[in-house]
Amino acid sequence: MRAVSRPIGLACLLLASNPSFADYQLNLEPGVTSFSQGAYNIHTIVMWICVIIGIVVYGAMTYSILKHRKTNHPNPAKFDDNTTIEILWTIIPVLILIAIAVPATKVLLAMEDTSNSDMSIKVTGYQWKWHYDYIGEDVSFFSNMSTPMDQIKNKEAKGENYLLEVDNHMVIPTNKKVRFLFTANDVIHAWWVPAFGVKKDAIPGFINEGWAQVAEPGIYRGQCAELCGANHGYMPIVVEAKSEQDYLAWLDEKKAAKAAADASADKTWSMDELMAKGEAAYNTNCSACHMPTGEGLPGAFPGLINSPVVMGDIARHIEVVLEGVPGTGMQAFGPQLNDADLAAIITYERNAWGNNTGDMVQPSDIKAARK
Amino acid sequence: MNAVIEEHHDHDHKPTGIGRWLFSTNHKDIGTMYLWFAFIMFFVGGSLALIIRAELFQPGLQIVEPDFFNQLTTLHGLIMVFGVIMPAFVGLANWQLPLMIGAPDMALPRMNNWSFWLLPAAFGLLLASLVMSLMGMGSAPNFGWTFYAPLSTTYGPNSTDFFIFSVHLMGISSVMGAINVIATIMNMRAPGMNYMKMPIFVWTWFITAYLLIAVMPVLAGAVTMMLTDRHFGTSFFDAAGGGDPVMFQHIFWFFGHPEVYIMILPAFGIISQIVPTFSRKPLFGYSSMVYATASIAFLSFIVWAHHMFTTGMPVAGELFFMYSTMLIAVPTGVKVFNWVSTMWKGSLTFETPMLFAIAFIFLFTMGGFTGLMLCIVPADFQYHDTYFVVAHFHYVLVTGAAFSIMAAVYYWIPKWTGNMYDEKLGKLHFWLTLVSSNVLFFPMHFIGLAGMPRRIPDYALQFTEFNQIATVGAFVFGFSQLIFLYVVIKCVRGGKKASSEVWEGAKGLEFDLPSPAPFHSHTTPPQVK
Repeated sequence: MRAVSRPIGLACLLLASNPSFADYQLNLEPGVTSFSQGAYNIHTIVMWICVIIGIVVYGAMTYSILKHRKTNHPNPAKFDDNTTIEILWTIIPVLILIAIAVPATKVLLAMEDTSNSDMSIKVTGYQWKWHYDYIGEDVSFFSNMSTPMDQIKNKEAKGENYLLEVDNHMVIPTNKKVRFLFTANDVIHAWWVPAFGVKKDAIPGFINEGWAQVAEPGIYRGQCAELCGANHGYMPIVVEAKSEQDYLAWLDEKKAAKAAADASADKTWSMDELMAKGEAAYNTNCSACHMPTGEGLPGAFPGLINSPVVMGDIARHIEVVLEGVPGTGMQAFGPQLNDADLAAIITYERNAWGNNTGDMVQPSDIKAARK
Repeated sequence: MNAVIEEHHDHDHKPTGIGRWLFSTNHKDIGTMYLWFAFIMFFVGGSLALIIRAELFQPGLQIVEPDFFNQLTTLHGLIMVFGVIMPAFVGLANWQLPLMIGAPDMALPRMNNWSFWLLPAAFGLLLASLVMSLMGMGSAPNFGWTFYAPLSTTYGPNSTDFFIFSVHLMGISSVMGAINVIATIMNMRAPGMNYMKMPIFVWTWFITAYLLIAVMPVLAGAVTMMLTDRHFGTSFFDAAGGGDPVMFQHIFWFFGHPEVYIMILPAFGIISQIVPTFSRKPLFGYSSMVYATASIAFLSFIVWAHHMFTTGMPVAGELFFMYSTMLIAVPTGVKVFNWVSTMWKGSLTFETPMLFAIAFIFLFTMGGFTGLMLCIVPADFQYHDTYFVVAHFHYVLVTGAAFSIMAAVYYWIPKWTGNMYDEKLGKLHFWLTLVSSNVLFFPMHFIGLAGMPRRIPDYALQFTEFNQIATVGAFVFGFSQLIFLYVVIKCVRGGKKASSEVWEGAKGLEFDLPSPAPFHSHTTPPQVK
């Protein structure tokens, strides 16, 4: 029966193959950590055991279908039990299962041992982005998908890493045991990097642990694996493993960038500066729901063009962005973004798409509005 | 006067008009309504699946927005589980149990009526949310059929309340149906039919009914807690108020795992009826079949957290649930071996019901293999929430449960209508369904292993080829079912008359009755030796 479906599947495969798409993959990848390789090995063992059992069972059935059909075998046998064989086919599977359970248990125990780690990164899931906090380093940032909306909407050609690219990579040093602490801000997410064999739920109010130790520098990509709302498909993960030296240089760079951002919050910005920064920050943080055109998604997310909040009182607009709207998808962005970004976003919203209020909001206004 | 007397003596007196269906207390009419309800829902849920597959034909967003995509996956799952597989099995139970145990009707006919008529109400509520969504009045349920909190509570759309009451109604309907099954089997068996002489289909439904009574109230409890979390200020599943989102998953899967056996045990029963008939040989290992079914039912209560290995439970918990899940392979294996041994040295013919039954054994076993792979915790960390899981449960639910239902319809429809179905069209339906379902679901193993998460409307480029193949399979599969519909309608309207035995080699009390079976089944109980 499957013998029929296989060639047809193959034919469809040939028909559908399109050279412009990347290579497809049939099997699990072995990955780059000890437990992605452990998972791969146990996967391979169990799969081959299943294949062997399958050959025996399907073979017996196929034999019976061919040899015991009425035209070949008009007089059926009468037997309807056989205690010996029934005991055998209960005990042999138990032994096979034990043979699988032993290596599976060993791999699992090694995976769950998060002790003696060299450093920790707190990973927080948000709708729909990841936040990485390097514990003890005063470095933390959001990681948003960077695939442009035009690629998703099929208006321009899709890039090589379509949907698997972000603005800020998580960077880890090679040959260090990096412990991850997972939690979430809103709903349950799951952080998954296949090459590490790490998939762990990020649960609001709780902290889960996982770890990875990567030998080779490189870029590893993954995705959120737990349905977390409309843009669940659009929260990728990119981890970059660097040598320890490069990692330390990166850390210094991040710290310097933060100091510069803090300093810029105190100056007074021009309208052009605010609009330019606002457009970029809006597209990173707001456009997933309110859309790059400000039109929102009718029925799910309100549009911002001529919206009463955006066109109305500035203080109320700042409050909505800072505190969010409880019971809706509108998050509190106060804890997520710095004063300059928030001021720029609010200025942009009040002046883009024909809103043209002429209002300007400075970082100092945001600082004053924060409670 | 003459007419009145004649009607009074007419054994097959049926009420007429809409009242026959609305107020029916007849197990056959209610069974028919259940089956048609499931059939209609099969096309509704299937249409949603085709929109999903059309969207996934290429990367990028072509047809639907991401939020609507989530509504489609949610409603597809809920409709197929609660609106197709479960009602179809209840319909088969209604039709077949009294016929097979030698009873005139079900034990509690009025409750039977009510448990059916709650279903259209339940699905009216659920589908109303989709209609409102299409009219731009807010999202339909968009949190997956597993409705994990807090996505379904704090973050759920307003239509979540429609969903909650709909699940309440489905639960009441299922529990009443299950009580009826148990009461019928316990009290209305023909003289001489002791428990170990019952047909296997009756046995599997008997055990399924206990599973239903045990777990549907748990589901009702879960949605009620959601309701109070959403509207009455409780925090069962909200960490900010001292609750626990993971507790939701424990409660849900304590219902959910027995639920998957609710959807497969009756299928085991059907296959165990059909294979002996067309092998012309008694079922191999009757008593081990009964014990295997009972063990699977027991194990189904202690494996639920294998759906939750990535939630961060302690290692001891992961090991316990891995080992207990592995154990299920043993009784399930026994069943498969028994079916193969039943065929062994038989005298096989391959009418449509047998074809579906053999395909069931092949393909359900495939789903069993991937199930064994999924229970291995370290490997599950890679498989969890990917298309590998989607492939696994579609193999057990479509090529498993749904194939068994199709097999059952072909097997028993001559008994129900008195007419043989069109064998040529039946075989055409079978081969198209078999090939297309594998073109549809087999590639999902590959894209899952390659790392494509489930429930995403758009995907990275390396998953394109296999998604396209799956979509082609989906459309062929979907449209092939119209042949099934045509065959059923044609058979109901007429055809070659079926004998009372229907199939050469068919055994069982239902085949002692004439075809079609009289409106009131065994009015005098047959004696079973």
